[in-house]
Amino acid sequence: MSWVSANLDTIAEQLLAHIAQALPAIVLAFVLALPIAKLANARGWLRGGLTGTAGLLYAIPSLPLFIVLPLMLGTSIRSPVNIVVALTIYGLALMVPSASEALRAVSRETLQAATAQGYAPWARFWRVELPLAGPALVAGLRVVVVSTVSLVTVGGVLGVPSLGMLFIDGFQRNITAEILTGIVLTAALALLLDALVVLGGRLALPWASGRAPRRRTAPRDTGQEAAR
Amino acid sequence: MIAFESVGKTYPDGTVAVADFDLEIASHESVVLVGTSGSGKTTLMRMVNRMVDPTQGRVTIDGEDVAATDPVALRRSVGYVMQASGLLPHRTVLDNIATVPVLRGTGKAQAHERAAELMEVVGLEESMASRYPSQLSGGQQQRVGVARALAADPNILLMDEPFGAVDPIVRAELQTELLRLQRELRKTIVFVTHDIDEAFLVGDRVVILKPGGHIAQIGTPEQILAEPADDFVRSFVGADRAERRLHLQQVAGREVVVDASGRAAGVLEQGGTP
Repeated sequence: MSWVSANLDTIAEQLLAHIAQALPAIVLAFVLALPIAKLANARGWLRGGLTGTAGLLYAIPSLPLFIVLPLMLGTSIRSPVNIVVALTIYGLALMVPSASEALRAVSRETLQAATAQGYAPWARFWRVELPLAGPALVAGLRVVVVSTVSLVTVGGVLGVPSLGMLFIDGFQRNITAEILTGIVLTAALALLLDALVVLGGRLALPWASGRAPRRRTAPRDTGQEAAR
Repeated sequence: MIAFESVGKTYPDGTVAVADFDLEIASHESVVLVGTSGSGKTTLMRMVNRMVDPTQGRVTIDGEDVAATDPVALRRSVGYVMQASGLLPHRTVLDNIATVPVLRGTGKAQAHERAAELMEVVGLEESMASRYPSQLSGGQQQRVGVARALAADPNILLMDEPFGAVDPIVRAELQTELLRLQRELRKTIVFVTHDIDEAFLVGDRVVILKPGGHIAQIGTPEQILAEPADDFVRSFVGADRAERRLHLQQVAGREVVVDASGRAAGVLEQGGTP
């Protein structure tokens, strides 16, 4: 473990670089997936096409994509921008189908009820449909988070700084501690971000957790069970 | 006053939900549209707040064609209670009731104050204010639905099978409560149900619909029972049912009302209606 204490600066640097590539890709994938999913749901033919395309996108091997993207974007091959763009594409491939499902699963009766109360279309989307799709969106986002954090490491092969560099460098120079540090930190980062998403979801969607904090047992109308 | 003037609704696939429907509903009157599924009763009611736009004819409120109004503003001015309450599952009871006032721009504090008052009006305990709809019983959810519809103090209340999803005991309780509320508030109510007993209980007038929105009969419950227009109405209201065919028997010097199968239904009071 002396390698770790001797290289804390490098480790911190690669960790920050890793986060700097993963976070924008996760956020972009999530934010872009929503309008795409919404549009796809509004047009039946588009939905089948898009979810199919999304699956194909995920099948693109990552290394060639990291090499082709600089040619298309005009960036240098070692630019973190390539990684962010590529990971956004992979994120979309995961997030569009799950966002589409999440929005479709919102009860039509509830949406109709909201319209009947006088929600304008946009207000209904932001204040009713989106929050109600929330729990399923969070579930989809968790997959994107973990997938993105692990995929960032591939950039290490090309020399783009990330935790991936640690285990690639470690393999080449046969330093076990460096390999382990890279792997453990990548996994730990994925778990940490995942936990943050879960926590954020709990705070933003208090009604969704089965045991809402303010629940109390109280006398109920007769025949309540029969009514369900 | 709400008026339906030769209203029709044909869907793009050619299905005729409502053919040619005329009806006037006076202010402060409660009218029940009753019919089997496919009779167009819900479609007709939804034309009032433009959840459905007619393909023919027009619907007016106090003489004004609803087609000329902004649908969002219109819906905020008309109370709407639906089956299974249609509450927003991610909002607390208090927020649900305050929905329309908040949409109309009333401050949150003021809207909550009003919502708390309404909880009392519809018989909900104060302690339920911070609960979510899923934590309430079916009957309590319906009460919240009624309170929400009343929150902006609308003149018109649309009720779409509001008590259809609760069990008979709770339903009877809610019906009684609605009658009490209506005596105090005197809204114009359009009520949709497939339950003729509920229709007779709630409606000042009852409109019996045949499939396609054709009116089989309009009248007060008494008129319909006394003079069913045709066999359809007769069988729909169960005029031939044993429990609707009552006669008097003298028992111990009093007149006992007995139904066709011989079961005692009650005792006749002297002096007619109480």
